[in-house]
Amino acid sequence: MGLATQHKKLEKNINLLAIFSFIAVSIGGIVEIAPLFWIDNTIEEVEGMRPYTPLEQAGRNIYVREGCYACHSQMIRPFRDEVERYGHYSLAAESMYDHPFQWGSKRTGPDLARVGGRYSDEWHVQHLEDPQSVVPESIMPKYSFLGETPLNTDNAFDMLVALRRVGVPYSDRDIGEAMADMILQADPDSGGDVEDFQQRYPKAQVRDFDGDPSKLTEMDALVAYLQMLGTLVDVDSAAAQERLAEEKGR
Amino acid sequence: MANKRIDEPTGTEFVGHEWDGIEELDTPMPRWWLWSLYATIVWGVIYVILYPAWPLVNKATEGVLGWSSRGELAEEMSVVDQARATVREELARIPIERLPENSELFGQAVAGGRSAFQVHCSQCHGSGAAGSQTLGYPNLNDDDWLWGGDIKAIEYTLVNGIRAPGVDDTRMSVMPPFEGAFDSDQLTAVTNHVLSLSGKATSTASGAQLYQDNCSVCHGPSGEGNRELGAPRLNDAIWLYGSSPEQLRTQILNPKMGRMPHWSGRLDPVTIKMLSAYVWSLGGGEEFVEVAEDPAVEVDEEP
Repeated sequence: MGLATQHKKLEKNINLLAIFSFIAVSIGGIVEIAPLFWIDNTIEEVEGMRPYTPLEQAGRNIYVREGCYACHSQMIRPFRDEVERYGHYSLAAESMYDHPFQWGSKRTGPDLARVGGRYSDEWHVQHLEDPQSVVPESIMPKYSFLGETPLNTDNAFDMLVALRRVGVPYSDRDIGEAMADMILQADPDSGGDVEDFQQRYPKAQVRDFDGDPSKLTEMDALVAYLQMLGTLVDVDSAAAQERLAEEKGR
Repeated sequence: MANKRIDEPTGTEFVGHEWDGIEELDTPMPRWWLWSLYATIVWGVIYVILYPAWPLVNKATEGVLGWSSRGELAEEMSVVDQARATVREELARIPIERLPENSELFGQAVAGGRSAFQVHCSQCHGSGAAGSQTLGYPNLNDDDWLWGGDIKAIEYTLVNGIRAPGVDDTRMSVMPPFEGAFDSDQLTAVTNHVLSLSGKATSTASGAQLYQDNCSVCHGPSGEGNRELGAPRLNDAIWLYGSSPEQLRTQILNPKMGRMPHWSGRLDPVTIKMLSAYVWSLGGGEEFVEVAEDPAVEVDEEP
């Protein structure tokens, strides 16, 4: 009876009710959200993950701008049907430099988390220009304008600065060289130091991506981004597999 | 609380609130609803004990069943693997060039290859493997092969890819661009000569000479092609980038060269073997001429 009387006080005092409601919701939030910032399997470390190169990041911005995420997810879930079609399931760390992330399970088109290296650059260009030319049953719209739109390289510096502010570890050098790096990755003959670039961005693919070496287009950036997806972390190496298999608690 | 009053018609207690003579009854929850609530609470407690639930310092509670989504996947995959273990082991053991002799195993490999083809290859080569004559994806149903059409050559192409960036053993060749090398008369002459190899035009002496000087090293004196170099045959009716004089000229001046990703690492060796068998079986498969030695059978049999 005592508790019920106490509770009646709560029901009759609007301020008290607000305070206790807030406490109750906070407990739920703390239990559900806060541990994600410290428990091991959400902050698992994997080898090979690196910040995106300026060109890849520019491609990523185009990907987000064009709303690719509305149909394509970048999250392979640990189910047999997904793993057999798309490859090894995604790890949390593989999207650690994504702002914003591209997770999801609503797929009108296929998952793209490991699309890198699956197709040739030429295929990507053909497919983006006219998806039905290579996949007749596709309902994807045409993005042929990407090949005609010059890539905006002026904002490379600001883009990296903004990302560093939210925690992507670009070095001062990366940021200073951002615009040069962006041009270099799509044109190895532009006179930049490719080796130094690849040292700062391991596994970065340096070549002309859109089939037209004479100009740097949004197509270059988007294809560079797609060809990188899922290729940075070697999930099949033995050590990684062992660690993942032993993991409990999720 | 002291003056508990009962509503006569319903036999239910009053709450005690009253507005202008209208009073609120304290009608209890239906039993079925209340029991459902208690059942979900009990279920919740049991779930927390059995499955991963409360996040703690380093990880969540594991649950007494030791379930994890990754573990469940590994288990499911191993069940599937076991079901096809015999076939896969046999496929892993048999050298690819001996596979067609074993008709039962070959049939299974072709079936497995067909489904893998739909997932991994159809995007370029088409679901019927007919490729695309305008986009430059080879038809795999015919007997015209760029890099060799015996089952071992097909497997090599699958493993290493064609002009795959960053792969050491990939199939590699480059046709030089002839932009600026010919004036327009010469270009017409050489184009006509190439077309004449398959009877589509009449050649001239100058065209033949230009072809001999510039093209025959790779494509052969009579356009028979060279599989070592992936140089296409020019004296047949099959064209990768079109057969109109205009398309030919574009291809001579600024050649397009096809790329194919390498599949080692992405697909396991057995799946690649199955794909090789499937592609080989499509109609254009050639005999492997070199006879391989007997497979080195690893002895793991019971005596």
